[in-house]
Amino acid sequence: MKMEEVAVVGAGQTVFGFDRKETFEELVFEAATAALSDAGGSIGDIDNIVTVSNDFWDGRTISSMSVMSAAGSWNKDISTVEGDGMFGAVYGMMRTLSGSFDATLVVAHVKGSEGRMNLITNGMFDPIYQRPLGIDATISAALQARCYMERTGAGEEDFARVSVKNHGNGLRNPHAHLGMEITIDDVMRSRKISDPLKLYDCSPVSDGAAAIVLSNRRGLKRFRQKPAWIRGAAYCSDSYTLGYRDLADPRALRAAAQKAYRMAGIANPLKELDAAEVYDAYSYMELMWYEGLGLAAEGKGAELLRSGATETGGELPVNPSGGTLSAHPVLVAGLVRLIEAVLQVRGDAGRRQVPGAKRALAHGINGPCGQCHAVMIVEA
Amino acid sequence: MTKDKKNPNELLYITSGEMYQPYRYTLSSLSGRFLTEIKEKKKFLGVKCPECGRVYVPPRAVCGRCYARMNEMVQVSDEGEVVACAIVEFGFVDPSTGIERPVPYGTAFIRLDGADTALSHFLDCVDREKLKVGARVRAVFEEERTGSIMDIKHFEVID
Amino acid sequence: MGRRAAIVGFGQTKGSSSRRDVTGVELINEAVRAALADAGLGIGDIDAVVIGNMDHFEGVNYVDMWSVEGSGGVMKPVFKVTTGGTTGTSVAISAYYHVASGMFDRVLAIGWEKNSESDTTGAIITAYDPFWERPNMAGAIGGLAVDASRYMHDYGATERDGARVTVRERLHALNNPFAHLQQEWMRGKDAVFLVDALVASKENKVLAYPLRMSDMCPRTDAAAALIFAAEGTAEKIAPIPAWVLAVANRHNFVYYGDLDWSRNETLEAAAKKVFATAGIREPLKEVDVCELYLPYSYAGLAWMESIGFCGPGQGPQLLWDGVTDMDGELPVNPSGGVMSSNPIGATGIIRVGEAAIQIMRKAGTRQVGKDVNVAMATGFGGCYWADVMLLGRKKPV
Repeated sequence: MKMEEVAVVGAGQTVFGFDRKETFEELVFEAATAALSDAGGSIGDIDNIVTVSNDFWDGRTISSMSVMSAAGSWNKDISTVEGDGMFGAVYGMMRTLSGSFDATLVVAHVKGSEGRMNLITNGMFDPIYQRPLGIDATISAALQARCYMERTGAGEEDFARVSVKNHGNGLRNPHAHLGMEITIDDVMRSRKISDPLKLYDCSPVSDGAAAIVLSNRRGLKRFRQKPAWIRGAAYCSDSYTLGYRDLADPRALRAAAQKAYRMAGIANPLKELDAAEVYDAYSYMELMWYEGLGLAAEGKGAELLRSGATETGGELPVNPSGGTLSAHPVLVAGLVRLIEAVLQVRGDAGRRQVPGAKRALAHGINGPCGQCHAVMIVEA
Repeated sequence: MTKDKKNPNELLYITSGEMYQPYRYTLSSLSGRFLTEIKEKKKFLGVKCPECGRVYVPPRAVCGRCYARMNEMVQVSDEGEVVACAIVEFGFVDPSTGIERPVPYGTAFIRLDGADTALSHFLDCVDREKLKVGARVRAVFEEERTGSIMDIKHFEVID
Repeated sequence: MGRRAAIVGFGQTKGSSSRRDVTGVELINEAVRAALADAGLGIGDIDAVVIGNMDHFEGVNYVDMWSVEGSGGVMKPVFKVTTGGTTGTSVAISAYYHVASGMFDRVLAIGWEKNSESDTTGAIITAYDPFWERPNMAGAIGGLAVDASRYMHDYGATERDGARVTVRERLHALNNPFAHLQQEWMRGKDAVFLVDALVASKENKVLAYPLRMSDMCPRTDAAAALIFAAEGTAEKIAPIPAWVLAVANRHNFVYYGDLDWSRNETLEAAAKKVFATAGIREPLKEVDVCELYLPYSYAGLAWMESIGFCGPGQGPQLLWDGVTDMDGELPVNPSGGVMSSNPIGATGIIRVGEAAIQIMRKAGTRQVGKDVNVAMATGFGGCYWADVMLLGRKKPV
């Protein structure tokens, strides 16, 4: 199927940080009104809404209820995706393509500071076999990191290099939670969290919200912003049980990426993309995702990083925004990846702009150890 | 884990334990003023929409109808009208406290005079003849107030 | 309208108060297998999966991920849609958009719940705002009792009117082998006799005045799945596909205290929109059968008015005239409805599926006698979330 019908025409995000004083409602209103104003439109130009939230993170059943007014749901069709914001964007895209609606507002929020990350992510594991072992997002990630090291020979210094790159990039992003000028040594010496992962290999727990406005061709006349066309979009889930998966092989990401590339007519992503925003919840993930996305050959993720190709100024800058390592509002983070890709192709990324970027990739994940991946390609 | 003696073919029943998920919910600054006003002055505040003029109690940041940010707080009465009500008689465990809530109790949505939306709270009354839609009620406050909605002990029926 | 889409398969498990013999994933798998068998498809034919439930009923986070081995989502596109009580209908609506968008040809929509795995009332209370409404609200029962108080006050509806709704639902359930509550003692008895019996029964305890036990739905373990297919594919799979004519939903409120308790305005608006889309002017005449999400008895009076099947306050008359019974002009809930089975995340899928099989003429002992050209399904959820789906025998124009 040829993709040319849906564009991102507006994007907004809050500043991400820990312990933000605003409520879910206030954060979503801030991001949504920013996206509408970026689009050069108003809530009256929107004919349906997708919200993204999660009952565990919010500590309430029907978590989307609290943001209904802030998302502008009054007398409009609305639905809720529970998962990463990229999947909210995918659902918003479907609704915009369905012929029922021309313009869709997608919002996502989280306040990681209100709950306990380890308990909430322990809740995604099997209650009989796994939860009693105390496993959570970080412990499972450490297992995956170790598998990846065994398979590829990548070392902890390689992971540290991702952390240095992305935290450094985060310094140029006014929305980032944790931009830092650090060295490989700093990462290596930071506190052990779950071997081989250390503090600076792990993303922070962040609060915040983000929003985008999607429009089909018919809806475009309502808005003034330059459209960023979605040229490819695909998503795919691997098995759930960690023991059923080859944790070091991101086959679901490979499947999603290949489909998105086919839609967008991309044969060599490393050459043909100008920027990529990937979901680096933990440093090692970025290297694995290089391979899944076909930017590096199997086992060559660390080599690609060491070559400098993914640094600012390299052949394909990855996470010029600082990535998830610099701000990790869970659920919102994938939508932020898309927003950052949009800003890049519009040339609106400020001090983190990749000069001349025309085509960018955004990536979101769901589930433990990157079980499910969504990939979008946007183009100015 | 227990085994059903009557049916040896039945598998083990496994209970994975109570899930403990603590949260630190955020109170907006408008809501903080609302609770402070109750705590310090035993008075109610609502927030007024700059566009449609509706007064919302409890306060919140956005008027859904107008998609407008609200900031102006106005005083409303501590008396109002029951718009819908029930007398709860079944026992259940309150998830916020982990203990069984005492029954029976009266519960109602109360539109305070001067407000356009209703506040939900306890009634002092479980009399079906008195606790009715349209009944006039007044807030009764606790002597010791801590800055919570429970600073209102309950509402009492006044007619 | 985008690409046309139809329902071509439906599967559900028998509702029961506890399915301790299976895990949630296995329960989901039962429904998926049933739906695939119904459509004559294999899991390899499915292009995408969308699933929903409510997290706090089982205490499992990221259910779409946790369930892939049962749902068939391994190496497929899958995500979760959840909107509270409306989850099932919202999942069905989402599956429709999956197809209408042109992105997928055959989409599996799954809803499930094992309410036996947690304290349902406790989990529902956490849907209320933690500061303002949680301290005094009493789950679904308390909220719905409040709803009933207002309708009874405004229109003078009585306990007997409520009981008459219950009697209809429970009599219909006796025709449905999948319904959870099967009240055999009611079989073959006259409706008026049964209403008198419920009202007089001492065992029929008050839960939250004005609601008694017989006014409420049960808590159920079950799963259900639907298969949606695109025009061009659907006709090859099903002899009579159930075409989606229109979908709409509304959810205006953040707090229960914001509701206008005298009317269900979200259901009103959503129904109005689907009727306008489908060109329906006289709903009572033009809709042939309904599967409405009526979680408690009085909803069977008040919400008939909200949808526009009768005027304000006329719900009881419509009911007592037998219009909504199996042989009436507009049979409502031939399945026995939510009051006979409420596996919350699956409930909306079941409404849509039961409406679809009336069109597909696969409803067996609960097939209505008349021709079914237009069938309506609704969903209801927290803070009056309203979903409506209209299905038809003829492809929409």
